[in-house]
Amino acid sequence: MKRNSHRAQNIAFFFLLMATLLIVVPVGLIVVIIIQKGLPAINWQFLSDVPRQGMRAGGIFPAIIGTIYLVTGAIVFALPIGLLAAIYLSEYSKDNPLNRIIKLAIINLAGVPSVVYGLFGLALFVIFFKFGASILSGSLTLGIMILPIVITTSREALESVPQSFREVSLSLGASKWQTIRNIVLPNAIPGILTGTILGLGRAAGETAPILFTVAAFYLPQLPKSIFDQAMALPYHLYVISTQVPNVDEKIRYGTAFVLLALVLFMNLVAIIIRTKFRKKKKW
Amino acid sequence: MRKIKEFIIEKLILICGIASIFFVVLIFLFLLKEGLSVFNIVSPFNFLFGKSWYPISEPPQLGILPLILGSLLVTLGAAIISIPIGVGCAVYIAEVAPGKIKEILKAGIELLAAIPSVVLGFIGMVTLVPLVKNIFHLPTGLTALSGSIMLAFMAMPTIVSIAEDALYSIPKTYKEGALALGATHWQTIWRVMLPAASSGILAAIMLGIGRVIGETMAVMMITGNAAVIPQSILAPVRTLTATIAAEMGEAVVGSEHYFALFAVGIVLFFISFIINVTADLFLHKKQ
Amino acid sequence: MVIFDIKNLNIWFDSTQALKNVTMQVLPHEILSIIGPSNSGKTTFLRILNRLNDLNARFKMNGDVWFNGQDIKKVDVELLRRKVGMVFALPLPLPLSIFDNVAYGMKMAGVNSRKRLAQVVENALKQAYLWEEVKDRLGESAFKLSGGQQQRLCIARTLAVEPDVILFDEPCSGLDPISTAKVEDAMVKLKEKYTIVLVTNNVKQAARVGDRTAFFLSGELIELDKTEKIFTVPQDKRTDGYIRGKFG
Repeated sequence: MKRNSHRAQNIAFFFLLMATLLIVVPVGLIVVIIIQKGLPAINWQFLSDVPRQGMRAGGIFPAIIGTIYLVTGAIVFALPIGLLAAIYLSEYSKDNPLNRIIKLAIINLAGVPSVVYGLFGLALFVIFFKFGASILSGSLTLGIMILPIVITTSREALESVPQSFREVSLSLGASKWQTIRNIVLPNAIPGILTGTILGLGRAAGETAPILFTVAAFYLPQLPKSIFDQAMALPYHLYVISTQVPNVDEKIRYGTAFVLLALVLFMNLVAIIIRTKFRKKKKW
Repeated sequence: MRKIKEFIIEKLILICGIASIFFVVLIFLFLLKEGLSVFNIVSPFNFLFGKSWYPISEPPQLGILPLILGSLLVTLGAAIISIPIGVGCAVYIAEVAPGKIKEILKAGIELLAAIPSVVLGFIGMVTLVPLVKNIFHLPTGLTALSGSIMLAFMAMPTIVSIAEDALYSIPKTYKEGALALGATHWQTIWRVMLPAASSGILAAIMLGIGRVIGETMAVMMITGNAAVIPQSILAPVRTLTATIAAEMGEAVVGSEHYFALFAVGIVLFFISFIINVTADLFLHKKQ
Repeated sequence: MVIFDIKNLNIWFDSTQALKNVTMQVLPHEILSIIGPSNSGKTTFLRILNRLNDLNARFKMNGDVWFNGQDIKKVDVELLRRKVGMVFALPLPLPLSIFDNVAYGMKMAGVNSRKRLAQVVENALKQAYLWEEVKDRLGESAFKLSGGQQQRLCIARTLAVEPDVILFDEPCSGLDPISTAKVEDAMVKLKEKYTIVLVTNNVKQAARVGDRTAFFLSGELIELDKTEKIFTVPQDKRTDGYIRGKFG
């Protein structure tokens, strides 16, 4: 009896391990394949040249720059709104119906399919506000998309600041805003930074929201203003993988490598900040 | 002076606090604004259940049943693959894996969540698609099955992390009580932990499925994009999301095709809304 | 003259009543000790006096609390908290330097002059008997101080705002006997300039430093009198029982 149940346990744990390996091993393989096949394509010319011969040669410089512009624009929009929203939820809101509706709205905002964001950006920014397909339209669309990430992580960071700090500050005659500004925010900065960077990584990798709001199929020059179209790394990878025949595999893998490296680098930075902060925590 | 400044700041905070509601409503309104016009041409019933999608023929045929079935088929396949594996992995990480390995596994899952969907689509194209083609001797590997496998993979991080949270938040006393009665660790997991975490795990599965239905790029790159009612999991299909992504670029603003694609967006918005609200209910039932 | 005049005060947290019909006064330049078992409403009472209970969304009150002749519900809450300082149960330095901890209240009140702040910080630290120990390392993090030093820093921080009243919420509960004696010494000296309300779990501490002592039980004020009287001839059996350690 006892032996049987232990055998059952061993079998069960074996299957659990298999399930885990079925996820983790392919993840490792994907990263290894992209590094192995993509890294040889990387050289200065690939990173700094414009695409040539219908994207079958040359580099990906405009796509890198376009992605940097888009991501910057998205965070410039999402960080202030997201941070203030997080402050509202953490410091001002009470347990009432409004608060519940806000939380539900954030959950839904996080769940809206990315291509629906694309539609929304097209309807609101490109057509209604007449921004056209432009960096501005794309950034705003991406900004709204990453808003839930910024809000949720910032709010967690703010709420992890001990309540006693707030009480002490208030008891010394500080106003509520002074308390937030001088005590709560400085101690939540690492967490807010983590959320911001995660949001950046997400914005850098998304394709569907920029399909109809900014992305240019082939634009071998740099955008001159926020009202210009731009190339972007994820869309460029999509284009050379499916829309342009006979692209050298090296260029595809190289582009995938640069995009993956960019996104993973941001995530890595976020993780490092998070762990450092946890170790250094003073209370 | 300071009081006035603080008054303004606090009002600004309140406005940003309700910005999320504003944006959700704004998204919905703009989808409606652009999408509802399609129902001047086609009735809602014929739109949802019409069997042919030929948006640029004359007159256009705007039935999205093939797309709905395409999404359903791919999602069903992905769910069948990802639920057992994802929940199994969550149990392994939460209960079985020793400390250090646990952290590595969690980092691996986070890594997967971070990989852009277009990169996964690209990898699927160059590895999975030829594999499926050769194993089943198909004319093309761009099939619903390839899509399901890839999407199952993309649903994993959501399922694993939320299910693991659910397992983690079960009070320790439950587990200790069962172990003290002489149950093995596995019996404790199977009979005590999993039932206790069931609503959280259900929420994890729902959110994973939500991710799958909304996924666009990878699915567009590897399912073949044939807008016909799917006959088999080994045939090319086209999902709701891929239809929008593939066709909006060519649709003329203000045309019937354009309205129809926005109407597809409304359908997607509703699906994700329902999934997220239900999952949230499950998550809160737990507490 | 009366510092705090409290009449028919009732407090609820949701539907749980925390204080029942409390009527009492706090007099100038006294140490008023408040004793009683845990959950008897002592801390809740203390946090009425600087309106810190307002932070709790479930908090409701009725009755009157007057501070220097003004209804505390109507005075500017930041001004009230500057006049009525508080020292918490555990040493709770803010995550700032020693100097900035002490200067915090003044800075928030709008004092920016570096010279003036330095003067305030030095005076406050001297009054709390901490100056000699920290004068050479004011820029260090307050978390580097020992527990007893941290608590005296918290006292200095409260003094720096120049309050009229100081509320002590079990200020020695986390301290060893030597640190406790130092904090008690400081309190007795502070009485000359300030009015002190001391909540304590330690009956002997009340006997040592209190001019008057109030006994709370289950949210009711059972007895309030001169400390000698409370400890020698209590009027209520329950007070007697508590002091003799029969419950609580």
